[in-house]
Amino acid sequence: MRVALMVTCINDALYPSTGQAVVRLLRRLGVEVEFPQAQTCCGQPMVNTGYLDEAVPVLRTFVDAFAGYDAVVTPSGSCAGSARHQHSIVAVRSGDEALQEAVAEIAPKVYELSEFLVDVLGVTDVGAYYPHRVTYHPTCHSLRMLGVGDRPQRLLEAVRGIRLVGLPGADECCGFGGTFAVKNADTSIAMGADKARHIRGTGAEIVVAGDNSCLTHIGGVLSRQRSGVRTVHLAEILASTEEVTR
Amino acid sequence: MTGTFVGMPVFPEAAREALADSQLRHNLAHATSTIRAKRAKVVAEVPDWEELRLAGAAVKERALLDLETQLVRLEETLTANGATVHWARDAAEANAIVAGIAKAHAATEVVKVKSMVTQEIGLNEALAEEGIAAWETDLAELIVQLGDDLPSHILVPAIHRNRAEIRDIFRSKMGAAGRPAPDDLTDEPAVLAAAAREHLREKFLRAKVGVSGANFAVAETGTLVVVESEGNGRMCLTLPDVLVSVVGIEKVVARWEDLDPMLRLLPRSSTGERMNPYTSMWSGIAPGDGPQEVHVVLLDNGRTRALADEVGRQALRCIRCSACLNVCPVYERTGGHAYGSVYPGPIGAILNPLLKGVGHDDQIDSLPYASSLCGACFEVCPVRIDIPSVLVDQRAQVVDAHRGGVPKPEAMAMKGAAYVLKRSRRLSALERLTGLGMRFARRFGPTAWTGARDLPDAPGESFRDWWQRTDGGRKDDA
Ligand code: SF4
Repeated sequence: MRVALMVTCINDALYPSTGQAVVRLLRRLGVEVEFPQAQTCCGQPMVNTGYLDEAVPVLRTFVDAFAGYDAVVTPSGSCAGSARHQHSIVAVRSGDEALQEAVAEIAPKVYELSEFLVDVLGVTDVGAYYPHRVTYHPTCHSLRMLGVGDRPQRLLEAVRGIRLVGLPGADECCGFGGTFAVKNADTSIAMGADKARHIRGTGAEIVVAGDNSCLTHIGGVLSRQRSGVRTVHLAEILASTEEVTR
Repeated sequence: MTGTFVGMPVFPEAAREALADSQLRHNLAHATSTIRAKRAKVVAEVPDWEELRLAGAAVKERALLDLETQLVRLEETLTANGATVHWARDAAEANAIVAGIAKAHAATEVVKVKSMVTQEIGLNEALAEEGIAAWETDLAELIVQLGDDLPSHILVPAIHRNRAEIRDIFRSKMGAAGRPAPDDLTDEPAVLAAAAREHLREKFLRAKVGVSGANFAVAETGTLVVVESEGNGRMCLTLPDVLVSVVGIEKVVARWEDLDPMLRLLPRSSTGERMNPYTSMWSGIAPGDGPQEVHVVLLDNGRTRALADEVGRQALRCIRCSACLNVCPVYERTGGHAYGSVYPGPIGAILNPLLKGVGHDDQIDSLPYASSLCGACFEVCPVRIDIPSVLVDQRAQVVDAHRGGVPKPEAMAMKGAAYVLKRSRRLSALERLTGLGMRFARRFGPTAWTGARDLPDAPGESFRDWWQRTDGGRKDDA
């Protein structure tokens, strides 16, 4: 099975450690992941803001980079959702039939990390060790657009040493929403503040999610509040072992 | 009597004002979380809820895709039942028809059943200009009307008010509109409801003309249906001699059986009740019983425009249950007024642009962006309207409508990003200069992000560079 890592533009530029964690984790599970160098972005910033024409060249780059793989795995529910549910809209609009075919071919093979681990590899215990008090925020696109269900929780529950605490109002949006966070900054911050309040109320040291974009927003609010709560991507927890504890 | 939404600021500005009102935020958070819990409980009781949703969506979809036939059939059956059918292309035509009917009976006042469509067309204001007073008889609508306020929720128009505020409105305003509130009025819900009942009874018994909307219109039988919780609607529908029903053309369903899924989906989704307390159905005239003259105004007002929108037309399935408002995290914080329309929340964010078209009004164009696309609205919608997908499609329509002129900074940024993201070489060159995420954030305006949030530090090395340097971590990762 040829597996490609779609690291996402945010992870590439801001959170390389998340991509590195995916590589470490998958290698530990016996999967040699490739990194197609031509990849850039799933085009979601453009699509969700309404710039569909601008997303077309980005989509072409995407299909060129990921064509021919058996699976494309990404540490982002929202970018996986973009590939699975939005790329066809952009392709149809472009009028380019070859692009539409390429999208139809790739889209169903794009997996968010927890889906890939549970559904494709069939593991829930990935042999991780993480001795911290952690609360999990299911991001909206993972939860609703992809329907990852309780896969991330099941993976986390199998982590040794972890103390998982429930998050009140977990399935409420954190207020990030891509460009929503800047176009409607006041509302976004109000939502983020409520999310931060719930997180702080759990007494967790760490809030985990499967999307660094949401965590950037949540972490930005928590940091401004000097809360001391850290944000960590799911991949980094799952990649941690007793030998290398982060 | 009530104000209007005309001249509302764009959503982000209206939202900022609402967010600063902590009483409002408290009222809203309390009300929406209560009804959310109620809805979730009764929906969970239905084992085949998902199938019911599919059935409900199918009923509406069938009627919409065959709208012309269904409407002609409805006109025939209504007429055969003794009703007079009028067609109105827009608000002005509809209002003129209603005013004409009232005047023909020398009526200086009408009593109203709670109806979204008459608010959409501004009927009360139009009638007032003709010297006709339109009295709202639904408790929450009465509060809005007496308070000279605007509705902020589809089902609970006064959701932004608490009971102390309501008592003050009743005390100071009821007298001028009819029977005054009793002197010892408290803010107990039962006491407030009793005061409203006394106030309204006098109007029910006096009015010659009643005005209603309809939740459903059955083409096969010529039956209009109103569901309600209070029974005030039933008073308006049976006491006056003349009844005028203003019905959006999307309310039609083909067959009597089609009401089955709809009447099960609606109460659970809207009020969190298993069944609504009052279901009123009328098919034209029954001699000697109820109104002896029935008029039905079938209204377009942008609905055929919405129907022509392939992605957006599903919004016409909406049965105005308001479940999407109650789960929307944006609505919960901003309230309904920020949407600048009688249709607030997620459904308002798509329905207003669909009915009115985009590209000519900044307020309308701001609505498709008034969402974080979290998808909670789609999850609860009883007729499965994929609101997030419609929002994204409408954003594209807004962007396209503004192509060609002087590009906005955002459009320039998107073009620049598309250029960079076309080639990974360009992307890594940019990343070396600075973190791309930071670059995006700063380009959109640093204050919009950093007003209340810190930005993460840009790492020293991108993932791409790390991969190349270490051969994907195989070489020494020093
Ligand atoms: S869009 Fe759906 S959830 Fe919202 S009011 Fe209409 S029917 Fe109800």
